[in-house]
Amino acid sequence: MDFITHHPVLVVSLVKIALLLFIVLTALAYLTWFERKLIAHIQSRWGPVEVGAHGLLQPLADGLKFLFKEDLTPPGADQFLYILAPFLALSLGLTTIALIPFGPPDIQVLGQSVFVVANVSIGLMFVFAITSIGVYGVALAGWSSNSKYPLMGGLRSSAQMISYEVALTLSVVGVVLLANTLNFNTMIEGQRGYYWHFIPRWNIVPQIIGFLCYFTSAIAETNRVPFDLPEAETELVAGFHTEYSSFKFAMFFMAEYANMITVSSLATILFLGGWLSPFPDSWTFMRYLPAVGLLLLAAYLIYDTFVLARGIAKIQLIVISFGALAIALGCLHPLVLNIIQGPFWFVTKIGAIMFFYVWMRATLPRFRYDQLMAFGWKFLLPVSLANLVITALIKVWPLLVGHG
Amino acid sequence: MSVVPISYYLVLSAILFGLGVIAFVFKRNIITIFMAIELMLNAVNLAFVAFARAHNQLDGLVFVFFVIVVAAAEAAVGLAIVITVYQNRQTLNIERIDTLKF
Amino acid sequence: MSLPFLVFFVCAGIAVLGALLLILAKEPIHSALALVLVMISLAVLYLLLGAEFIAAVQIIVYAGAIMVLFVFVIMLLNAGSEERTDWSKMAKYAGLPLGIFLLLELGHWMFHSAIGKEIANGSVAASSSVSTVEMSKMLFNQYVFPFEATSVLILIAILGALVLAKRDDQ
Repeated sequence: MDFITHHPVLVVSLVKIALLLFIVLTALAYLTWFERKLIAHIQSRWGPVEVGAHGLLQPLADGLKFLFKEDLTPPGADQFLYILAPFLALSLGLTTIALIPFGPPDIQVLGQSVFVVANVSIGLMFVFAITSIGVYGVALAGWSSNSKYPLMGGLRSSAQMISYEVALTLSVVGVVLLANTLNFNTMIEGQRGYYWHFIPRWNIVPQIIGFLCYFTSAIAETNRVPFDLPEAETELVAGFHTEYSSFKFAMFFMAEYANMITVSSLATILFLGGWLSPFPDSWTFMRYLPAVGLLLLAAYLIYDTFVLARGIAKIQLIVISFGALAIALGCLHPLVLNIIQGPFWFVTKIGAIMFFYVWMRATLPRFRYDQLMAFGWKFLLPVSLANLVITALIKVWPLLVGHG
Repeated sequence: MSVVPISYYLVLSAILFGLGVIAFVFKRNIITIFMAIELMLNAVNLAFVAFARAHNQLDGLVFVFFVIVVAAAEAAVGLAIVITVYQNRQTLNIERIDTLKF
Repeated sequence: MSLPFLVFFVCAGIAVLGALLLILAKEPIHSALALVLVMISLAVLYLLLGAEFIAAVQIIVYAGAIMVLFVFVIMLLNAGSEERTDWSKMAKYAGLPLGIFLLLELGHWMFHSAIGKEIANGSVAASSSVSTVEMSKMLFNQYVFPFEATSVLILIAILGALVLAKRDDQ
């Protein structure tokens, strides 16, 4: 106990990191389920329904499959780099989660803020630093496989990533100009309040061009459709992760989703107001929204259990639905309700952006590689620069007019 | 908590610079020689930042910023030259490209 | 051993290890990755010295862009992987001892010079970090001319690299 009171930073940080890792890894696994279900429903089919009720145990089955597959190394591959590349990709994808605030900083345990692991004063720059090292995971994976298609896929993919990184960084500078700071919590606090009493003062409203440039660059940065030529099946077998099997392939897979989560949380913080609620604080009944949402989910699951499901799915659904009911009723407790407000809105906004990501994957065709690079350098970069110049001009206008 | 004295950083900078010189003199691949140059520049940057902290002035940090930018420009042009040399001589070994005569 | 000392020695050890790997590696791509390791450990040392903006710039520009360029060129050219590691007699018996003597001498004179003594004995400034605001004020007020000059320099470098890397038959 003495140790805990003498070293509050260390103990609280370790607990936060452990919890956060557990939650994020589970979220990564269930993102795969979410994507498969959503694409399936858009394409008028069911998706995973066999394993567990509604296919909810599918990620578990996939994980077991990856663990039991044969793990082979291509002949002539560079051993050290072959093993290093997926580790690098996954660990860098998970590191940025430490910088992201999930809720307001005033909820504290032992004097340390609960919802952010590292509240760095230049948090934005460090997130970009970590994503720029993420290019090595892709490049080294392509190189160390000692084979033509992965090498070409790796080179193309990493060239695409560094090209769109420039547009990504420039499209964010407008937000930094508006917020006067690089710290995430301060940026979110600056987005409180309303324009004309009903539009929230989120940065997406003044910086709509910046948001569109950022979102497009983010899709290209994470190698998703419509920018995923380097890993398309019909073009390059599977791109830079062709020669990887079993758990290393699973690590690349998880690294892609971790990058998606990072980029979405950055979009939420910078443009969509982070953990702020879109409703005014005076509407106190809106604070019950998480509990209401969970109650509706529990009601649907109970209906599903007793009316629709058959066989073993019934038992699983009973467990899940009563679990959801218990959590919903637990949320009605005032202490829990206070704590859960920030993370609920943050996760909702990230969920909305993920929905867009998966929706685009289901509907859009992909760009050709030269079209992709031309779009990045010849269109997105000038537009981001123009956005930056216009924002700077608007910000300095009072000074210019005052002197003239 | 006591703070690390600045002389420790300067000794580390000297060691890295010395290792950079050794790599520059003894390696045969052009690209590895370029990387030794970058190592030397990094050692100098460390000395600049250490002195900026010692005298509590920001000029050292601004100079480090400029050194990084100039190193980027130099690396870009230098590697373009290396690619051209490779296209003409098909080798990256400096012992085989030390004559102007083809 | 307090925490700053521990972090310093760990990062200094990793930096020297990376530099040694740069010299001793047989393949150029391993040397490139060793240099990336050196740069990242130097960025942590900059953080320890309170220069957080410079640490971020070091990782974004040096480790994340310049070294990626090196790695690309090594992968594209794919040459020089079988580097002979036996040096000439002159290098082995005279060169290596002289090289080690050079770095020991540099370290000695750094430690025992007048400036080194003054810094080692004098009190070091309080460990507060430099904020980005102060640094940008200095960059845009006092050093604005070198700043604009480096942007022209980067433009020249882009044009030079484009011209040099074009194929001859176009």
